Amino acid sequence: MSATSPRAGLSGPVLALLLVGAAVMLTPMVWTLLLSVKSNAALLGDSGAALSPPYTLDNYRAILADRLTSRWLLNSLIVSLGTTAGVLVLSSLAGFAFARLEFPFRRSLFLFVLLGLAIPEQAVILPRHQLFATLGLHNSYPGLILPGLTGSFGVFFMTQYFRAIPRDLDEAALLDGASRLRLFWSVLLPLTIPAQATLGVFTFLASWNDYWWPLISATTSDYYTLTVGLASAQMNYAQTSGLGFLMAQAVFASVPILIVYIVFQKQIVRAMAGTAVR
Amino acid sequence: MKSGGAPRRLEGLAFVAPFLLLYGVVLIWPLLMGIGISFHRADLFGAREWIGLGNYATALADPVVHQAIGNTLLLALLIVPPLTALALLLALALNRATRGAAVFRGIFFSSSVLSVTIVTLIWRFILTPDAGLLAVAADALGREPLPFLSDQALVIPAIAITTIWWSLGFPIMLFLAGLQQVPADVYEAAALDRAGRWTTFRHITLPAIRRTLLLVVMLQTVGQLQLFGQAQLLTGGGPGGGSRTIVLAIFEVAFGRWELGYATALAEILFAMILVVTLLQYWLVTRREDAG
Repeated sequence: MSATSPRAGLSGPVLALLLVGAAVMLTPMVWTLLLSVKSNAALLGDSGAALSPPYTLDNYRAILADRLTSRWLLNSLIVSLGTTAGVLVLSSLAGFAFARLEFPFRRSLFLFVLLGLAIPEQAVILPRHQLFATLGLHNSYPGLILPGLTGSFGVFFMTQYFRAIPRDLDEAALLDGASRLRLFWSVLLPLTIPAQATLGVFTFLASWNDYWWPLISATTSDYYTLTVGLASAQMNYAQTSGLGFLMAQAVFASVPILIVYIVFQKQIVRAMAGTAVR
Repeated sequence: MKSGGAPRRLEGLAFVAPFLLLYGVVLIWPLLMGIGISFHRADLFGAREWIGLGNYATALADPVVHQAIGNTLLLALLIVPPLTALALLLALALNRATRGAAVFRGIFFSSSVLSVTIVTLIWRFILTPDAGLLAVAADALGREPLPFLSDQALVIPAIAITTIWWSLGFPIMLFLAGLQQVPADVYEAAALDRAGRWTTFRHITLPAIRRTLLLVVMLQTVGQLQLFGQAQLLTGGGPGGGSRTIVLAIFEVAFGRWELGYATALAEILFAMILVVTLLQYWLVTRREDAG
């Protein structure tokens, strides 16, 4: 199949199957969009009404006026941006040292970090919940951000990236009398911007969509992230303003992440390529 | 070394210390703590009593745990093979530099960026018999809508389909990346030999992407063994525990019954299952590579 030349278009039967597949992918999203622009009353008892007009933006107006939904959006932004910034700083520092500096136990410490790749969240999450309760970190931004900073993948990824940068650059800089910190900050770090973008996008996506940890750590609705807030709305469906409002919330919560995806599509694809080569 | 001196050598430690500190306190320490707690009768509020392997013995005899393990394995089996096959077929079809292929790639990846909450919200109102899209469709055809989320026999397939829809994008991307690594001249040689499509796939493409295939199957298996949000949000584990997964059982034991010790023991059992499955798959593939 891939023996065909890469520039060749798709053949008829393959194209037909792809179109069916695309319809299966998109229909649920279109259905959600349609439900979100119907008045809640019209959907009561007959969600088939979503297939025909009249349509309205009332549900979106209600969301913008809803204090909690905006608060959840703000929380999600703070937690995801905080996690992303933290991961980039910590992984870059550690990756630089593991790739470039000599220090005691360097190899064993690196293996110790790689071990983290094999630890599933399930083995850690309950005792961590205990630990954070002792430290009084639940229902706080640090409580939501800190667990996201312990991923080994970022360190591994940045180490590989720093290793790929030619060593001549270091030698030249060090001969000029630059310190290690200066070498890191002004010479090598600017060269890692593509890697930073990739790692940043992935961390942001993962953090934005994380469910398990914020579900058990944030127990007051003021500290819910959008993901957890929408879950609570979904579980108490009977008490919400209705189906149209619920679906508008879903669309509203997807918009930031879809924007990130569309803007950074290239980085995402490149990152995948990098992961698969290893 | 050439820089010499103890301070210079310790500088590196300063660069890795911030990460290692967090890694140690927020990941490794809880991991060890968890193993310790699993040997205790412990509640969420701090009471502890050493009971050795008591929690593990309870788990082995607990029908709820048996059912949850069965459900989880069934879900993994219903999700991982079709998902892998589908993703590979799509990647083969979309591995070309045309505009159309790029648009299709975007469409098939789009669901992956959604959070589990949104995915279940979308699918609940596809599957539910009183307001779902499938019910509307069944109505239009004059049929009774199927109770996907409340029928013992339908609930696991319904969650599997939802999960496949959600997870397709990532494996496709991995396969595409793997396919890019296959040198084009190999295919040209195959074409000169008049090798058929199947022969080319079987003898050139498949061996070339074996590592990617392993990566996809391993990541997906490990991921699906930890399936949680879909079951919790779509069905709450019902009907009659028919869709309760291991992680959902852990969640219920910890935050519904407050039995932290027992929940931690269940988590360690899952950890062991994940390790065994991963090592087994790794061994199977590397063994074959050695053989030929």
